[in-house]
Amino acid sequence: MINERILCAGFGGQGVMSIGQLLAYAGMLEDKHVTWLPSYGPEMRGGTAYCSVVVSDKPVGSPIVTGNATCVIVMNLPSLLKFEASVKPGGLLLINSSLIDKPVDRQDIEVYGILANELAVKCGIPRAANMVMLGAYLALAGPVRIESIALAFKKVFGAKAERLLDPNIQALHLGAEAVTGLRQQSIAA
Amino acid sequence: MSVIFAKSKGLTDQETHYCPGCTHGIIQRLVAEVLEELGLLGDTIGCAAVGCSILTYNYLNIDMIESAHGRAPAVATGAKRVHPNKTVFTYQGDGDLASIGTAEIVHVAHRGEKITTIFVNNAIYGMTGGQMAPTTLPGQKVTTAPGGRDVAHSGMPLKVSEMIAQIPGAVYVERVSVHNPRAVRHAKKAIRKGFEYQMAGKGFSLIEVLSTCPTGWGLSPVDSLTWLQENMIPYYPLGVFKTPEEAK
Amino acid sequence: MPKSLMKGNEALALAAIKGGCSHFFGYPITPQNEIPEFLARELPKAGGVFLQAESELAAINMVYGAAATGGRAMTSSSSPGIALMQEGMSSLAAAELPSVIVNVQRGGPGIGTIQPSQADYYQMTRGGGNGDYRILSFAPATVQEGAEMMMAAFDLADFYRTPVFIVSDGMLGQMMEPVEFPERPLRTLPEKSWAAVGHGGSRKPNTIKTLVLDPGLLEQKNLRLQEKFTRIAATESRFENYRTDEAELVLCAYGSTARIVKNSIDLLAEEGIKAGLIRPQTLWPFPSSAFQQLPPTCRTILTVEMSCGQMVDDVRLAVNGRLPVAFYGRSGGIIPVPEEIVAHIKVLLGRV
Repeated sequence: MINERILCAGFGGQGVMSIGQLLAYAGMLEDKHVTWLPSYGPEMRGGTAYCSVVVSDKPVGSPIVTGNATCVIVMNLPSLLKFEASVKPGGLLLINSSLIDKPVDRQDIEVYGILANELAVKCGIPRAANMVMLGAYLALAGPVRIESIALAFKKVFGAKAERLLDPNIQALHLGAEAVTGLRQQSIAA
Repeated sequence: MSVIFAKSKGLTDQETHYCPGCTHGIIQRLVAEVLEELGLLGDTIGCAAVGCSILTYNYLNIDMIESAHGRAPAVATGAKRVHPNKTVFTYQGDGDLASIGTAEIVHVAHRGEKITTIFVNNAIYGMTGGQMAPTTLPGQKVTTAPGGRDVAHSGMPLKVSEMIAQIPGAVYVERVSVHNPRAVRHAKKAIRKGFEYQMAGKGFSLIEVLSTCPTGWGLSPVDSLTWLQENMIPYYPLGVFKTPEEAK
Repeated sequence: MPKSLMKGNEALALAAIKGGCSHFFGYPITPQNEIPEFLARELPKAGGVFLQAESELAAINMVYGAAATGGRAMTSSSSPGIALMQEGMSSLAAAELPSVIVNVQRGGPGIGTIQPSQADYYQMTRGGGNGDYRILSFAPATVQEGAEMMMAAFDLADFYRTPVFIVSDGMLGQMMEPVEFPERPLRTLPEKSWAAVGHGGSRKPNTIKTLVLDPGLLEQKNLRLQEKFTRIAATESRFENYRTDEAELVLCAYGSTARIVKNSIDLLAEEGIKAGLIRPQTLWPFPSSAFQQLPPTCRTILTVEMSCGQMVDDVRLAVNGRLPVAFYGRSGGIIPVPEEIVAHIKVLLGRV
C-alpha cells in the first residue's frame, strides 16, 4: 500500500514547487490519488517556499503534510531547521549537502546527504539540483516510476521545455545512484 | 390643424413624482426626445440611480435597470459589455454620482466605457429631504448644514465635469443648464451629442445638467430658476470641457 | 478527456467557462487570484469577456448589470471582498438575477490573514446584505467536486433566477488535484424574456428593479421569493455520508475540513472507535434531513470547522435537542490536523 506524504522545502527558485508538482502529476498518470499543496503568502518572494505532496492508493483526506511526513526534502539550511521535526519516525530526510553542512540530531529517521548542486552541474544544468533530490527520493521510496516523471515533465513544463528533458532525467538518475550507494553502505554497516 | 408639439414616444403616460418646479422632468423629456429622434428607443438600456432619479424607469419608454446607490456606472458597464452594440446610459443625481459613486464614475471614464452619463446636479440631496451634497454651494443652507455650508468644515463643492474631463477615457464632457428655454434647447443638443459619440464608439461622455430643487432649496419654482442662474452658474460655469478632438 | 492536475482555483475558472460563463468581473484579492488570472487568459478565447473592476463594489454591480441584460456573469473574491459585495448580493437576490459568486475564504475578522478559513459560513448562508433573502450555496471538498458544482452553477442560476455561491477556501483554491471535466448535461432553461436588452419597439419596456415602496406589494414580493427559496430548499439540498453506519459519534464538517475529518475517522477506526461524517455539500439549503437519519448507535454529534463555530448553529437546529452537539474548531488561518481532532474526540467520548 502506498501512502507517501512528502514535504519539499527550499528557497524560492530552487524548484521545490516544481518537483512536488512532477511527483503529483506522475502519480496521477499512474492512477494514484494525489494532492499538491503549496505554501502561499507574502513570504513567497525570496523566503522559504515549500509544498506538500500526497501520493496514495486511497482518496486523499488532508493534503497538508506537517508532523507525519514519510519524506522531507530540504534544499537549504532554513528548511532543515524548520522541517527536520516533520519527518515521522522511520521516515526519510533528504538533505542537499551542497548547501547544508549542519549535522542532523534525530536518530529515529533515515538521513541522506546528497551533493545535489555538484551533481546537477555534471548534467550540464546547475539549476537541476531539485531533480537530483527528486531522483534520490524515487530511488528510496519509489511511489512512481522515472518514466512517469518524464511524461509529467512535458505536461508540467510544456513543449518548450522538452529539450531540457534528457539532462533533467539524467539528474534524476544521478540522484538515485547517489543514495543507492549510501543505502547499501548503511545496510552493510 | 397641424401639430406643433407632441409628447415624445420616449415618454410613458405615467405622471412623474417630481415636485412642482423641479427640472428633472425637463431633463428626462430631453433624453426621451433625443433617443426617439436618433431611433434608439428600442435599442437602449438605461441605468437609473438612487435618489430622485430612481423612478426614471417609470417615465422613459425604454428597458431600464435600477442600480444601487452610486453604482449605476458599474451596472451600465456590465450591460454594455454584454451588449456592445446597444445604447447604454446612466441617469444620476449629484448625491449618487458625486458622493457615494465617485469611484464608479471616475473608473467608468477611466476605462473609456462607451456609455453616456446624464448627471443631474441640483446641489442637494432631494429625495432624502435636503441634506448637504458634495455639490452644495458655500453658505447654502441645507438640513445637515443648517448654518449654511462651511467650507472650512466640509470643503469646497466638487466640480465633477472639470474633474472627469481630466481623464483620458472621457471624450465628451459638457455642463449645461435648463433654467430657461434657450438653455433647455442647448441642453438637448449636448445630450444628443453624448449619445451620438457613444454610437460612434468614441468613448465615455458625461453631460452635467444644472437642475433645480425648489423643495430642498426652500424657494418657489420661479425663484429657483433665478437662484440657479445667479448662484450655481457662477461656480459651475456652463460649457464644453472635453471634445473627442481634444481626447485624441 | 484525460485528467489534468489543476489548482482548485484554476479548475473553478475552467469549469466556469465549460458551465457557460460569458462575463467575469472581479477585483484582485489573495487567495483567489488564479481565478481572474485564468479567465483573463482563457475567457476571451471562449468568446467571453473578462474585466477587472476598480473594487469589489463595482465588480458585483457589473455582474448585476450583465445579469440584468441576459449575460451569464460571475465574480470571485475572498472573505473581506465578499463582505464588500453584500449590498450587490442583496440586490441580485431581490431582482432575481442569475449569477455566480465564488468565495475562496480566508481568515478574519477584518483584513485577517490570507490563510484558509471557513469563518464566512454566516456570510454564505445568512448573508450580510439587507432584507429577507437566501442564496443557494455549494461547498465542494475536492477540486473535482468544485469543478462539477461550478459547471452546474450557471444553469441552476438561470433555472431558479437566483445568485449561486461556490464556497471554497484558501486550501482548496491553492491545492492541486486530478480533475476531469465531463460534458455538462443539457438542461432546459427558461427564456430570459425579463431581461433589459432594449424592447425593440415590440413589447412594453422591461424594468429590473428592487424598489417597492408600497409595503403591501413588497410583502407580496417577499412571499413569492420565500416560495422560491422553499422550492430550492426542497430540491437542491445535498450531503455525503461517510462511515456513518453503526457510528457512535457522527461528525459534521464541510469543504476542506471534511477531508481532514475523514482522515480522523479512519484513524479512529484503526483503534476500534466507530465514527462517521455528514458532509453538507450545500450550506444553504442546509441538509437538515441528514440528521433525521442518524444511526441508532449515535450518541453524540461533533461539528468541526475552520472557524470559532458557525455551522454548528445549523447542526443544532437540525438535531433539535435530540442529541448533544459539540464543537471543535481552529481559526485565524490554522488548518486542523487529523490527529488533533482524534485527540479531541477521545476526550469527548471519555476514551483517553
